[in-house]
Amino acid sequence: MAATAGRPAGKVSWQNAVRDLRLWLLLLTAVLTLVNGYLIFMVAPTDAVLGHVQRIFYIHVPVSILSFLGFLVCALAGIGYLIRRTERWDRVAHASAEVGVVFVTLALVTGMIWARPVWNAWWQWEPRLTTTLILWFIYVAYLMIRQYAPTPQQGRTWSAVVGIIGFVDVPIVYYSVQWWQSIHPRQVIGPEAAEGSLEPIMAQILVFSLIATLALFAYLMLERVGLRGIEDRLSQLRREGNTN
Amino acid sequence: MELLRGALTVAWKDVRLELRSREVIASALVFGLIVVVVFNFGLNRSPGSLEPVAPGLLWVAYAFIGVLAMNRAFTRELENGGMDGLLLAPVSRDAVFLGKMLGSLAFMLVIEAILLPVFAVMLDLPTLSPALGLVILLATVGFATVGTFFSGIAVQTRSREILLPILFFPVVVPVIIAAVEASALALQSGPMTGVWTRWLPLLIVFDALYLVICPWIFGYVFEG
Repeated sequence: MAATAGRPAGKVSWQNAVRDLRLWLLLLTAVLTLVNGYLIFMVAPTDAVLGHVQRIFYIHVPVSILSFLGFLVCALAGIGYLIRRTERWDRVAHASAEVGVVFVTLALVTGMIWARPVWNAWWQWEPRLTTTLILWFIYVAYLMIRQYAPTPQQGRTWSAVVGIIGFVDVPIVYYSVQWWQSIHPRQVIGPEAAEGSLEPIMAQILVFSLIATLALFAYLMLERVGLRGIEDRLSQLRREGNTN
Repeated sequence: MELLRGALTVAWKDVRLELRSREVIASALVFGLIVVVVFNFGLNRSPGSLEPVAPGLLWVAYAFIGVLAMNRAFTRELENGGMDGLLLAPVSRDAVFLGKMLGSLAFMLVIEAILLPVFAVMLDLPTLSPALGLVILLATVGFATVGTFFSGIAVQTRSREILLPILFFPVVVPVIIAAVEASALALQSGPMTGVWTRWLPLLIVFDALYLVICPWIFGYVFEG
């Protein structure tokens, strides 16, 4: 271990473990995604009414659900940061917000691709779409506030509070199809799903796709948290360089 | 009780400032009228056909006025070290938040009360019902709560005028949606059961939610 001489061994092995985990997770995500693609296009039955376009549902539903998870993690990590005041909580919150924005963007885009042939319009101003777009705006504002804050310290605190208050919109998006007469299809999985709203084979493939997307989510989170750590280290070195 | 007294002191300070300068209410009133005029050109409809969109216009105008009033809530304190005085005042941050929120709420309610008859004439709103008054009151509580909270953040940045709407509107949208829907029902002639059973409970839930969350995390806004 000549290359790492002068550093505590425990820290190095912990970093190595994370790097290994990241690689394994990447491999797992790749395999799951390939299998998922095969299941969606070769195994899943063609929808009797909607045809092939319905297959986008196996991507659309998981990315929507995982964007919710991202924002939940963001709100919880924000609370964690406000209590503990450690960088690690903020890194997790920042990463989960970014990954959440990517996933909710994917949810909006895949939804629009589905809506074009089915509703004959890319976009409808109906409750679920509108509230999802609002969700996107909230977390874009979350990322912007980090840039606009006068000091990084304020950026971390403010984004934490925006992440907490912004999470209020997530249950609204989920329940919007019940509260308002929405043309968006109802929940097919989760606590509000109706019994038998999905063919068993379709439900199984959806669950598989959810697992594959979860692996992707975990991988992106790990990668982004690590990158933020490097960014923090770089800016710290820059500051030290400036003062010397 | 301590909290309420501190809050009322802060609110009364703002009200007294406003009574002497009249800068928020006067400018917001004129601005509100301009919004209605711009709508008129933008929609280019005959007055009679405005009825379906009238509740929406009302709330877009109120939302714009709200963001204008909210911007002033804390920028007022930037002069002569007012912010330091406010933060060093021997009251809790909850009291500061509540006081600022009550002040903004009072301003907005006054502006809305003056503009409502004007809108009723210009937009040809069919009726002015007590239900509509209740809807406006509840929605404005939500507006003032979320607006005061984000105003506290935005005022500390350089780009405060643009940051406030970016933060404020997405979060307050549930309140706006509920307010528009409830107003539409309240303005309809006929039974108003829909207002009471669907949208008012939702408005109350959002108000309560924001009234709990915002003071709780407001203390973190002014640190560092």
